Amino acid sequence: MQQHQNAWAQMGKAVIYILVVMMGFGCLLPLLNILAISFSGSAAVTGNQVGLVPVDFTLAPYQKMLEDSQFWRSFLISVERVFLQLVLNMFLVVLMAYPLSKPKHEFHARGFYMKIMIFAMLFNGGMIPTYLVVKQLGLLNTIWSLVLPGAVPIFNVILVMNFFAGVPKSLEEAAVIDGASPMQVLLRVYIPCSVPVLATVALFSIVGSWNDFFSGLIYITKVQNYPLMTYIQSLSINIADLLKSGVSASTLENVTQLSNKNLNAAKIVVSTIPLIAIYPFLQKYFVTGIVVGAVKE
Amino acid sequence: MEVTHKAGARITASNRLRSQETMFHVMMLPGMIFLAVFSYIPMVGVVMAFQNFSAGKGIFRSPFVGLKHFRYMFSLPDIWEIIRNTLTIAIGKMLLTTLLAIVFAVLLNEIRQRWLKRTVQTIVYLPHFLSWVILAAVVVNLFSLDGPVNQILQKQGFAQANFLGSNTLFQPTLIMTDVWKEFGYASIVYLAAITSIDPGLYEAAAIDGANWWQRVWHVTLPGMLSIILLMAVMNISNVLNAGFDQVYNLYSPMVYDTGDIIDTYVYRMGLLSHQYSFSTAVGLFKSVVGMFLLIAVNEISKKFTDARIF
Repeated sequence: MQQHQNAWAQMGKAVIYILVVMMGFGCLLPLLNILAISFSGSAAVTGNQVGLVPVDFTLAPYQKMLEDSQFWRSFLISVERVFLQLVLNMFLVVLMAYPLSKPKHEFHARGFYMKIMIFAMLFNGGMIPTYLVVKQLGLLNTIWSLVLPGAVPIFNVILVMNFFAGVPKSLEEAAVIDGASPMQVLLRVYIPCSVPVLATVALFSIVGSWNDFFSGLIYITKVQNYPLMTYIQSLSINIADLLKSGVSASTLENVTQLSNKNLNAAKIVVSTIPLIAIYPFLQKYFVTGIVVGAVKE
Repeated sequence: MEVTHKAGARITASNRLRSQETMFHVMMLPGMIFLAVFSYIPMVGVVMAFQNFSAGKGIFRSPFVGLKHFRYMFSLPDIWEIIRNTLTIAIGKMLLTTLLAIVFAVLLNEIRQRWLKRTVQTIVYLPHFLSWVILAAVVVNLFSLDGPVNQILQKQGFAQANFLGSNTLFQPTLIMTDVWKEFGYASIVYLAAITSIDPGLYEAAAIDGANWWQRVWHVTLPGMLSIILLMAVMNISNVLNAGFDQVYNLYSPMVYDTGDIIDTYVYRMGLLSHQYSFSTAVGLFKSVVGMFLLIAVNEISKKFTDARIF
């Protein structure tokens, strides 16, 4: 009887392991497919012969990509944009989270500022009015149109605010007795105590601005100013535009697929490398971020 | 002597607090300027939903037309289709993502090998951090007419399926691919909930002779219930967000009937067809409904779970 039960338990365990491993593989396979395509010969790719391993292994798509100056221009624009957005986001998040983390008797206008922020989180003017503001400010086709509208990540301010509020009061009091000014308290006490949440917020900012293609789509009209994701997105759109302009579908598909499919795959692979590079740090910190954010009392 | 010393200390302390508050206002100022320019001025701009806005006249000189654009919007058969698509896609994603995330969290919790657990977690969280621009390329390639998925289906004797080009399959494809991207990330909260369950409960259940399934049903799931409810309530506020990035990168005129959602419609009407006022009216309708949903959800969760969003 005991043995019988053990056998069942063993089998159940095996099923669980298989399911978990399958779910993991299920998430990975589509990504491996695009990786394999980027290393495969054009003929094999056009014939849809590529599964999870490259067919007719070649580095040609990557070599060809090196010559695509627009890809690299867009890549640099995205790097610059991520950097500017990160600096601006972190500066404003820390600057706003600190006063807002104070109790009401220390900062009487706290409630007023919170209302302004929460209303801006709940309601927005929508795409067209925001677009017109950006246009009126003369920001269209500049990198600032990608950076400035998202300067204040309200949710992240609230995240950091809650974290600051949990920093032991005694640390601040000790610093004040030693003659520290509010700025020094922020820089020497609060920021060093909040590294995990600040790292989380920084990573959210980096991922968000690297992945954003929509700002580029609406605020940038010149292809040479596109950030990377907007550029990648335009690659697939171009095929649809060509179709509309009346080239017969089958010849067009042959032409574009033959030359482009593995090249585009290579571009996609390279454009994810920066994210893969910071992914270990992401994984370390985002769990704190999401748990703090979701189960906030 | 001692008394005056104390009073003096109190005065400097209150001075310090007052100068500190001035400092706080200064610290809030830059962020508030950005909010004013990029959040509050556009909010004023929504008046164009009640105007026949033309870019030449601006919002101060364009003529007011009252609710014309809203009446027009609700007279279009399209709008009901679009609202239905939005709700179907958004709710389908939420239900399936939540379900799979809970199942995954419960199963993963059984894995004892730390390296295996870590590896699987690393993999399933990854798609969440990739842009839909990237993943759409992956999905298009995978689900195209002669792509890998169709090759496998045809080997099994099924007919070729046009996942991205047919109105019957487009919504399921959107939902499944979004579940693939998000279930891992969504499971983090549930995993955290499982880890916080008192191990004594499992020991007691084991002593009572409960098998694995009974332990899951009577200990793990009840232990996760409050977080499941909280997440479900918070999801309600997202029923109008069917995912612009995903739909925009996967849809085509062939599947507008089932794939067009409010956000994509607003984009096409506004920036492609230049119907600024009409597009803003549709967007305003969505924002207002979304705002009331969020407020309602916040009230509900305040009442029942003592956690709140804002």
